[in-house]
Amino acid sequence: MKIDLKIWRQENARSKGRMEDYTLSEVNPDMSFLEMLDVLNEGLVREGKRAIEFDHDCREGICGQCGLFINGRAHGPMNAITTCQLHMRHFNDGDTIYIEPFRAKGFPVIRDLKVDRSAFDRIIQSGGFISTRTGDAPEANAIPIAHQDAEDAFDAAACIGCGACVATCKNASAALFTGAKVSHLAMLPQGRPEADQRVVQMVDQMEAEGFGHCTNTGACEVECPQEISIRHIARMNFEYNKSVISQNE
Amino acid sequence: MKLDTKIPEGPLTEKWSRYKATCRLVSPNNKKKLKVIVVGTGLAGSSAAASFAEMGYEVASFCFQDSPRRAHSVAAQGGVNASKNYQNDGDSAFRMFYDTLKGGDFRAREANVYRLAECSANLIDQAVAQGVPFAREYGGYLANRSFGGVQVMRTFYARGQTGQQLLLGAYSALSRQVKAGKIHLYTRHEMLDLVLEDGKARGIIARNLDTGEMERHAAHAVVLATGGYGKIYYLSTLAMGCNGSAIWRAHKKGAGFAAASWTQIHPTCLPQSGDYQSKLTLMSESLRNDGRIWVPKQKNDSRAPGDIPEEERDYYLERRYPAFGNLAPRDIASRAAKERIDAGYGVGPQRNAVYLDFAHAIREYGEDKIRERYGNLFRMYEKITGHNAYQRPMMISPAAHFSMGGLWVDYELMTTIPGLYAIGECNFSDHGANRLGANSLLQACVDGYFILPYTIGNYLAGELGGSELSTDTPDFAQAEQEVRQQLDRLTQIGGTRTATDYHKELGALLYDKCGVQRSRVGLEEAIEEIRALRSDFWQNLSVPGTAGEINSELEKAGRVADYLELAEVMCYDALTREESCGAHFREEYQTGEGEALRRDENYQFVSVWGYPGPNAEPVLHREELTFEEIEPTVRSYK
Repeated sequence: MKIDLKIWRQENARSKGRMEDYTLSEVNPDMSFLEMLDVLNEGLVREGKRAIEFDHDCREGICGQCGLFINGRAHGPMNAITTCQLHMRHFNDGDTIYIEPFRAKGFPVIRDLKVDRSAFDRIIQSGGFISTRTGDAPEANAIPIAHQDAEDAFDAAACIGCGACVATCKNASAALFTGAKVSHLAMLPQGRPEADQRVVQMVDQMEAEGFGHCTNTGACEVECPQEISIRHIARMNFEYNKSVISQNE
Repeated sequence: MKLDTKIPEGPLTEKWSRYKATCRLVSPNNKKKLKVIVVGTGLAGSSAAASFAEMGYEVASFCFQDSPRRAHSVAAQGGVNASKNYQNDGDSAFRMFYDTLKGGDFRAREANVYRLAECSANLIDQAVAQGVPFAREYGGYLANRSFGGVQVMRTFYARGQTGQQLLLGAYSALSRQVKAGKIHLYTRHEMLDLVLEDGKARGIIARNLDTGEMERHAAHAVVLATGGYGKIYYLSTLAMGCNGSAIWRAHKKGAGFAAASWTQIHPTCLPQSGDYQSKLTLMSESLRNDGRIWVPKQKNDSRAPGDIPEEERDYYLERRYPAFGNLAPRDIASRAAKERIDAGYGVGPQRNAVYLDFAHAIREYGEDKIRERYGNLFRMYEKITGHNAYQRPMMISPAAHFSMGGLWVDYELMTTIPGLYAIGECNFSDHGANRLGANSLLQACVDGYFILPYTIGNYLAGELGGSELSTDTPDFAQAEQEVRQQLDRLTQIGGTRTATDYHKELGALLYDKCGVQRSRVGLEEAIEEIRALRSDFWQNLSVPGTAGEINSELEKAGRVADYLELAEVMCYDALTREESCGAHFREEYQTGEGEALRRDENYQFVSVWGYPGPNAEPVLHREELTFEEIEPTVRSYK
């Protein structure tokens, strides 16, 4: 397959970026999207030109490090996958593909297609944990948790922190990311004692990082590689309201 | 090199209790005066950093990823072992100890392995308390599955994302301490050298990968939790960034490197489809609980799998190993697959795979049950290959996965450098010559949560009242200077081949000569070829850009440079071990039935390599293994 590429190049966070044109003439349909970029970069490096910087690591859809905006969609045209799991068989010979970084105020561009998502770490640091110390845990089976509750908590816990939800949201909201963690911990008995403070601290941090508010368009759950439902945003809002009301009493 | 294992006196079952009761402690008001550097934020690194900070130590935590949560522990799918005996199937710490030791072909230290089994139950308690959503039965209690090489159900799991969920638990504990100001977190930083003062580990040189700036960090102890080096084979189940650089550079500063050639080739991975390929995705071993492995009985059979009748299929694991069948350990399953593929019975377009078939399980339990157990794995399979495994068998193939070898550590997990510790996959300790499935997450967590927090105090107690930490010393200046020189050299070669070109060539060479099977002739050739490749690397490499900026090609080049040195030690390690054990299979040493032939009379030791200086032959030291509790037997899964 022959593929034309228009790729965002940007020196650093302060400089102005631009789209640059590249062409690959022998793309194998079984290549992954990132392997296609590898081939492009290998060619550039052999010519002594600077490689295109992009984030990636595990290449099996679980680490959450990769994330490209491909033809106007976070992680590209397929649903429920990360960029690394997208394969070239989903494109056609002669296609032009536009590749951009995940764009959001909370995700400044570092270089080319790489962005800084440390805001997500700070949201977790603000309260996305259960305060237990190594060694103080009770016997694991002392707290039975109904099968369905454990499964529901898992659905929320499955978030890989890639940021596709933010990148695709017109408000650049991190509500799905934050809601998933709030929801995961709020649904488990171990997470209840801190549930009230947790949700308020995490939502405050989300705002402080410059992420917008959720207006329920549902775009995030469409692009989420783990198919995390916006029900978790609803649960975050419920937990938030409950917490604020109980603190006002 | 002095190899003092520091194994405590007393009966096996009491050694760890005795150690804990007698090791030196640091009082609460003194802990805050002591600083520890932890490199790596996978399960071992995150759990250690969080535990140290909870205890009161000052911690600096480093990772090369953009967030600690992305470390490669996330990719472990199937589960984590613990001898809870929830299934009432006769499990115990002793049985788990024996299974692990036997799984490793009796090439690990009894005392360490027993402690791993002993601490396993605590880990499940710890993870549940953190909110890790393990699978549960309908009554609300924790569920288990079985894994390769054992006959009990002791594996706890969280769908096919057990590593991800355990790491999120450890990451949340780490995050809590970052917020509390007890951990200073350095993401997108790569350790490029270890700094010694008076023969003790005193800090690291790290490069900020976003700016290219070089940084000096000092501490009273340094902990490496940097994972395995299986990516040395290039095509592997590991992440692109996984590397052996931190441990290799520590080795060059004096840390003994043990059992370098004991690398595990995992039997259930997706086969290679082309030259462009960057990794071979692992399909969890847990699939072997319900999937049956087979190849056609006829060579080069081109029929679709569904068209091959039952009697024309060779379920070769069930045939060769009736007692364990499809749950034979990884080394054995990989060798058996390679044997069939090499003999011409492979399937798939490149004839480099075997079938993993779920038709029987779907008939027995229904598709919904199989979807609940492995849904995300089947989904991943379809995304990558375009095939639906509910309707046709998966095609799988062996791929490089785990490194049992690593920095030699004593009972306290200290390397041969005082104050330098290695935990998790980057050390050599518990798995011997072959790791059992679901013991990797366990070892990383047990090292980080339950062992090192005790043993490090025994060293740090002696560091109180010493000289103030400072990075403004001649040792730091020299280490930084050497790192800068190496980076400049890499960027100034100005050749035409990429770091990946060299990495691929090295990987292919190692698969061929130091992979599933090894031979004297092959290994001797490999050593010569590696030297030639290394020399070419330093003459023809191309790394555009500079060291003073973000430069992923430079990061790769540094890692490949280290791999090109480590590969040679791997080959020496395999060459000098004239026996077959676990994952190390020497063609010259096999039984009449093609099984591994161990030679306990000559090789009941761990090879520990010392660094002799550039371009010289590595120096072999031995840690003799003594078995007091059990008798090493011929490892049979028949």
